[in-house]
Amino acid sequence: MTADAPDPIAIDVGEVLQRSVTSLHSSLITRPTGRAVRMAIETQLRGAGTLSVSLIDFSEVGIIDYSCADEVVAKLLKQYLADERQDALFVFRGVREPHLLQVEGVLQRQKLAAVVETAPSQFTLVGTFSDQERQVWDRLEAKRAINADAVDQIAPDRSGVMALESLVERGLVFRSSKSGSFHALSQLVAHLM
Amino acid sequence: MDQSSIDEFLDEVVQFKGERVLFDARHLRWVDPNGMVGLLLAGSVAGETLGMRPRIELPDNADVQGYLGRMGFYSHAQKVFECEEDTSGAVSRASDVLLEITAINTNHDVHEIVDQVQGRASAMLTSKLGYPSSSVIPFSVMLSEVCQNIIEHADGPGWVAAQAYNWAKRLGRFVIVISVMDRGRGFKGSLSDEHSARYGDRWSDSTALEAAFLQGLTRFADPGRGQGLQQIRKQVRKWSGLISARSGTARISQVPEWDDSLPMVDGMAPLPGTQISITLPAVVGP
Repeated sequence: MTADAPDPIAIDVGEVLQRSVTSLHSSLITRPTGRAVRMAIETQLRGAGTLSVSLIDFSEVGIIDYSCADEVVAKLLKQYLADERQDALFVFRGVREPHLLQVEGVLQRQKLAAVVETAPSQFTLVGTFSDQERQVWDRLEAKRAINADAVDQIAPDRSGVMALESLVERGLVFRSSKSGSFHALSQLVAHLM
Repeated sequence: MDQSSIDEFLDEVVQFKGERVLFDARHLRWVDPNGMVGLLLAGSVAGETLGMRPRIELPDNADVQGYLGRMGFYSHAQKVFECEEDTSGAVSRASDVLLEITAINTNHDVHEIVDQVQGRASAMLTSKLGYPSSSVIPFSVMLSEVCQNIIEHADGPGWVAAQAYNWAKRLGRFVIVISVMDRGRGFKGSLSDEHSARYGDRWSDSTALEAAFLQGLTRFADPGRGQGLQQIRKQVRKWSGLISARSGTARISQVPEWDDSLPMVDGMAPLPGTQISITLPAVVGP
């Protein structure tokens, strides 16, 4: 990992749900519940370093509906992407089949994309992205990280390089500001899993 | 009394001009969740208009009485109507009852409904409809979204009920019927401030329904809003179901091949609120 690597943070949404919603309900449903959970996550992130990569874990969540997925996933991403500092990156863990449709739906609605673990240690891009972005992301995911001078291995032509730039801007790939190396987000949170 | 007859009944209630009203249900021989929730809505609308609770004569058919009891109708009726005490006594939950009539006033109610329905839905969706066991999650999500519609957009009280039964004559297979009704401000009322100007003279209950139901328009500027109904429609289509929403004078439906409802019906009486009905049929065997 590079010296300027983001601070890794693990956030268990199931635990946040129990803590932030004053009830015994285990489902991540209704907009106010989603809002409460997102705000609790944001509070946790405020204590992080200047740059962070968060592993948002849905493994213990039974049901997530569209309203909650919009509040917890789409709004969280949108907020940090809109921030000029872009100081937070996210990986969503435990987004199994029962959650995937809802997460995918809310991301596509707002033309967002996220790095999501859909099965143990199996990461994929979910949401809206181009074919080029998907190809470049897949190649980087397979290699885990690549030095700046070896970028052509994952982005062999101009459109590939543009796709890589776009992935960085969209918070789907981390680029070290010191070395210029590119890192798959899954690699940055691997030790948290 | 079911989806096919509910509009006519509700129109009559809205257009009633008298000072006192009696809901005579003595000769009721059949009532589904749309009929039961519709009856509560009708009583509530009449009570609001008259300034007093209307009277209801309960069904004298023992089967209908028992069914209303199993669905928890009487306890809700006591709050809406002047009626006799529930004489049916405590009844055990029937295997066909997916969700007893439940009032929706807060998000907490939605949590309760979804928590409560999961165990029963799992058994019913697989055994009666032949859906995979994994369908309980999309079903619960759909129920959550349709109930939240009341809290987020209606600004008024509402009820939900769901039941499985055999549509032997009509379809030759089992169905699950979900009914969600409120007497809030309806789609037109919810959308008017933000969207009516764009429609000009064309703004009506039917255009508001089209905007919300087909295009996902909401009164919120937030682009994340308005996807609940869209996703419900998508899921219902996937299961070859029927979804229909009435608001004010119009009803819009997403009609599967097995049903002959009109996609849009307009010119009904101005009923307050929104009434949504979902019918999910069993899968047809190979």
